Amino acid sequence: MATQTSTPTRLTLRDLSKKSDRLTSGHRMCPGCAAPLVVKQVLMAIDEPVVVTCATGCLEVATTIFPQTAWNVPFIHNAFENSASTASGIEAAYRSLVRQGKIEDNNTRFVAFGGDGGTYDIGLQALSGAMERGHRMLYVCYDNNAYMNTGIQRSSATPLGANTTTSPAGKVVPGKRGMRKDLTAIMAAHNIPYVAQASPHNWRDLMQKVRKATAVDGPAFMNVLSSCNRGWRHDADETIEMQRLAVDTCMWPLYEVEDGEWRVTYKPKEKLPVTEYLKPQGRFRHLFQPGNQHLIDELQQEVDTRWERLLKLAGES
Amino acid sequence: MRHLRQHLPGRRYHHGGGDGSRQGRRGQVSDFKALDGNQAVAEAMRQINPDVVAAYPITPQTEAVQVFSQFVADGEVDTEFVTVESEHSAMSACVGAGAAGARVMTCTSSAGLAFMWEITYIAASMRLPIVMMVANRALSGPINIHCDHSDSMGARDNGWVQLFSESPEEAYDNMIQAVRIAEHPDLMLPVMVMQDGFITSHAMERVEVFDDQAVRDFVGTYTPRYSVLDVENPLTFGPLDFYVYYFEHKRQQVEAFSHAKDVILEVAADFNRRFNRNYGLMEAYRLDDADVALVALSSTAGTAKVVVDELRGQGVKAGLLKPRVFRPFPAEEMVEALSHVKAVAVMDRSISFGSMANAGPLFLEMAAAFYVNGNGSKVPMVDYVYGLGGRDIGPSEIESVYMDLLRIADGGEVPNLVTYLGVRE
Repeated sequence: MATQTSTPTRLTLRDLSKKSDRLTSGHRMCPGCAAPLVVKQVLMAIDEPVVVTCATGCLEVATTIFPQTAWNVPFIHNAFENSASTASGIEAAYRSLVRQGKIEDNNTRFVAFGGDGGTYDIGLQALSGAMERGHRMLYVCYDNNAYMNTGIQRSSATPLGANTTTSPAGKVVPGKRGMRKDLTAIMAAHNIPYVAQASPHNWRDLMQKVRKATAVDGPAFMNVLSSCNRGWRHDADETIEMQRLAVDTCMWPLYEVEDGEWRVTYKPKEKLPVTEYLKPQGRFRHLFQPGNQHLIDELQQEVDTRWERLLKLAGES
Repeated sequence: MRHLRQHLPGRRYHHGGGDGSRQGRRGQVSDFKALDGNQAVAEAMRQINPDVVAAYPITPQTEAVQVFSQFVADGEVDTEFVTVESEHSAMSACVGAGAAGARVMTCTSSAGLAFMWEITYIAASMRLPIVMMVANRALSGPINIHCDHSDSMGARDNGWVQLFSESPEEAYDNMIQAVRIAEHPDLMLPVMVMQDGFITSHAMERVEVFDDQAVRDFVGTYTPRYSVLDVENPLTFGPLDFYVYYFEHKRQQVEAFSHAKDVILEVAADFNRRFNRNYGLMEAYRLDDADVALVALSSTAGTAKVVVDELRGQGVKAGLLKPRVFRPFPAEEMVEALSHVKAVAVMDRSISFGSMANAGPLFLEMAAAFYVNGNGSKVPMVDYVYGLGGRDIGPSEIESVYMDLLRIADGGEVPNLVTYLGVRE
């Protein structure tokens, strides 16, 4: 159980291995799903008591099938699109009750989780409102690039060309049209104290970002890539490798925006071509068929443009 | 009958006429203020001093949250006011705050209530005692900002207790009672307090406002049984519920509702003891010996009372039944109150499209209530849909309804099961 500690846990595997799980094993997430890794890393990085809100989605339905729960911290699921506004209410209640002396201030941290559907799309308004109002919370989007819980439909986080059940590759349409929405940049434009992009294959980078995010006295947002092998169509034991390839191809750069300062937190030694990331995934298989090379070229160009822009924002070019 | 209370205007006034200020009135029971319905509700909220209010402005509710915002800005309440970006988030934040064990309130109207709809169901299923004022307003389309009851009637099956208010005074009184009703351990259900948008939300009236301390004593403190802030005893709220348990959880909500009438009457009795104003499940106005009767909600009941008095002056035995509580629907009590009447007209300020004869929801409830509880007696009953989108209803129209009823009571045929009163056909 969460208790307040005077000295923060060091981010060493030896120290972390002594911490109890806040999301316990025995949940029903798919083998190879990155989302529980993301949640465990996020919650393990926080030493303070935590209250979790969660949008409807894989994470919620697979961890809370009544009468069982995998959550070892207070948890609330309200609806699909309102993880952020539910957390707003809890955080407001906490401040009100502490101020009135009705409960003790025990340094509780509020973490809201949502998938890309509940965050990029239907929940964007609630998220934007909560960030603008300045509630002290960390919102974590686990981005698996589609509405995975309802059967792999495209979302605005789905990359160009990906084959999903509502953007299927067909005779005249080769998968998802248009580029992904750059949600992390949208959140940075809110001028909140802390925004970051992370990946669970680089656990130390992710957890350090969580530490920073929960230390600020205000809203923080983290976008975390979270492979879904069912939707991405790769083997269950390739999850971490897919995450690494996303980062090394700069499809998913790791960076943070701290008080408006952009900083790249990981620079690949050798920036791999996007094909290294696309090839092992079944959702992109059709892109390698004759006549679709232009999509790969477009994607490469987009990735290069965004990466250059990021380097410029971070003062590295 | 314990539950059929007349609205007795026997009030204790422990002070002289008012200059409206609260200064120097210590120890006095109440004061009079010129308030419109929104201000009266905001005043009740100030006195209740909720832990969290999350609200988004919408006409004609806007003024209630504006006035309350000023109370927050002036430090007159301890409330955290969450100025959300939508009604959907207002109700979502209320659910979060309610789950955190806070006393929570909000206000809305029309499209705002419709936008909350998904979450109002969740609030009820989580058994969170949220109190919400609804300034009734028509639903789009076409867009219309004026009063009818289609918003609340649309939400009638969401699992909330619904109280309708005739006047700013009743809106004030109902808000105060709603807190106790919602938080009653037998209930733990959210409560909606309605008043007619613009008609009473913006009508300045003489409102008797009780002392702050008296109101605070009445509502008491709220001790939640569970809290999502309890990190020592972590609980999971809002889990996935398959067919193995979902049905039982819905059944538990029904069980809670089965206590609602008793709780509402218990709270009303205590309110009457302390403040000397009588509330029950309904108000029967000159109904005991009536030949014909109207059933009308909210402000229309006030207009109807004037008509009843005039008709009585002409020797017509007219009466009125004003339901205060629509959810839970007091079916037996309504039938009992009307069983001796020769003809009944139900006044509906909304339509249930595609229902039997395209009638209104109040009529459908009444028809069902008479079928089940009427012991075979068949009181002729007709429906008048009126006042949609704020169309005015005056004494002459209500009088025409009573005239129709007299013809029906006299053995005349029922001309129409449903009449759209005051519409250009």
